[in-house]
Amino acid sequence: MSSLAYTRYELLRAFRNKRFFLFSLGFPLLLYVITAAPNKDETNLQGTGLSAPLYFMVSMASWGTMTAMLGTGARIAGEREVGWNRQLRISPLTPFSYLRAKVAISYLMAGLSVVLLYSAGVILGVRLPADEWLGMTGLILVGLVPFAAAGVLLGHKLNTDTIGPALGGGTAILALVSGTWFPVDKSGFLHDIAVDLPSYWLVQANRVALGGDGWPLRGWLVVAVWSVVLTVLAARAYRADTGRA
Amino acid sequence: MVGSTPPAGVRTGIHLEGLVKTFATPNGPVRAVRGVDIAIAPGETVALLGPNGAGKSTTIDMLLGLAAPDAGTVSLFGGTPEDAIASGRVGAMLQTGSLLRNLSVRELIAMMASLYPRPLAVEEVIELCGLQGAADRRTEKLSGGQAQRVRFACALVSNPELLVLDEPTVAMDVEGRHAFWATMRAFASRGTTIVFATHYLEEADAFADRAVLMARGRVVADGPTTEIKARVGARTIRATLPGVGLDALGALPGVAAAERRGAAVSLRCTDSDAAIRALLTAFPAASDIEISGAGLEEAFLELTGGGDEDDDDLAEAAA
Repeated sequence: MSSLAYTRYELLRAFRNKRFFLFSLGFPLLLYVITAAPNKDETNLQGTGLSAPLYFMVSMASWGTMTAMLGTGARIAGEREVGWNRQLRISPLTPFSYLRAKVAISYLMAGLSVVLLYSAGVILGVRLPADEWLGMTGLILVGLVPFAAAGVLLGHKLNTDTIGPALGGGTAILALVSGTWFPVDKSGFLHDIAVDLPSYWLVQANRVALGGDGWPLRGWLVVAVWSVVLTVLAARAYRADTGRA
Repeated sequence: MVGSTPPAGVRTGIHLEGLVKTFATPNGPVRAVRGVDIAIAPGETVALLGPNGAGKSTTIDMLLGLAAPDAGTVSLFGGTPEDAIASGRVGAMLQTGSLLRNLSVRELIAMMASLYPRPLAVEEVIELCGLQGAADRRTEKLSGGQAQRVRFACALVSNPELLVLDEPTVAMDVEGRHAFWATMRAFASRGTTIVFATHYLEEADAFADRAVLMARGRVVADGPTTEIKARVGARTIRATLPGVGLDALGALPGVAAAERRGAAVSLRCTDSDAAIRALLTAFPAASDIEISGAGLEEAFLELTGGGDEDDDDLAEAAA
């Protein structure tokens, strides 16, 4: 009995789902090329101190990875719809192993998305020292924790009919507010909302390239609080979900 | 004597005691299970028999820990269902549910095997379930009957001490049904405790040692299948036979009651074989003879004596 075996089969399934792959990885890449390529020579995008290719590389990475994490919810909702969750509940698979497999796939998809966008960024002229590439990636991976939990939560609370619109609409609003499509002003109404959202701090991983330390304390706190709250809610939703769909 | 009794407090087998489960619905509460007691000894094969809405699936959900009873207790091998499941002692085939996509049949069975501490060999299970021809096919490309067999294989590969099957043959044709029970028989000979729900009396009769009859959320009969069959397997002989007294017909061997409607008589039988022989010997003039089995639903109604005041809400209780 190896609980890692379950993760292995889940990976196999994910890799075989070609449309899932294409959409999860293709859209952020396509949007990056559309937004960044025309402004390739812009070196200070709206006063951020960052070049357009760099800014959009990080913002598209944040959007793509956030979507990949939440996409887990759609996969879970699908399994619940066909009753597969009940089949797993009557096996010795622990909730930990189950959720680990789901989150591992989300992170794998997120990782691939980041690699693709970085590659496209380099092609469009982004140049950074190695430690800044790493620091930025580290912040993105940490900033995704709340989204991993949110994916699990939504997958247990919504069904296959509702989760599509919920994720599509939700990520669109989050992206808009959080500076994915254009930088958020340094003050004002939008800014005040944005700074309390984990998606804002995902985009703000680009601060590493400004030579700073990345996130200020506020960023770490916002990500931590969202992580804890959503993880607790996700665990509760998982435990409550044994009924026949 | 002391050596032959289990240690104090440790129980073997399966014990369902005083189970009650009510669901809230928009039309008011539905009492799906209203006081069920069943004890099953290790190695026994027990059929949960009953029409739709009898509470079979809800009882199975509570047996497996998928639903918490409002009242009553479930004990599997002396512990909770959760403990028994965590230690890999239970395999189950649920009524609802399709298969996980993007895996071959062999991969899906191997994945399930990987979750259990003492699984059977994957190839052995594939063979046992007659899936040799489909082992490399993707699960989403199977016929209904094949998918059902794969679901069975997933339950079997866990090599359980307790195998629970909720209406396992529901999507199968006659041929598939026969093949399925042949496989089950081979597996039961290993000493596994088997509990299965069905609404086919024939399945309970052919396969189980014992049948527990459920109707409207209660156990209405519990005993060896032969006994249950005699109780619910009543048949009726109908014939055209003018001018014969009901007393004479009612006295024939195997006949429980006789009725007349014009020239037609109707004999409710406890043993229709004996009754038909006696009828034709005594009254060769009988014509237009028809022998029909009482449907299970009809038999249940008889056993349960018709109606509780809130039966209607149970029709869809555990569907």
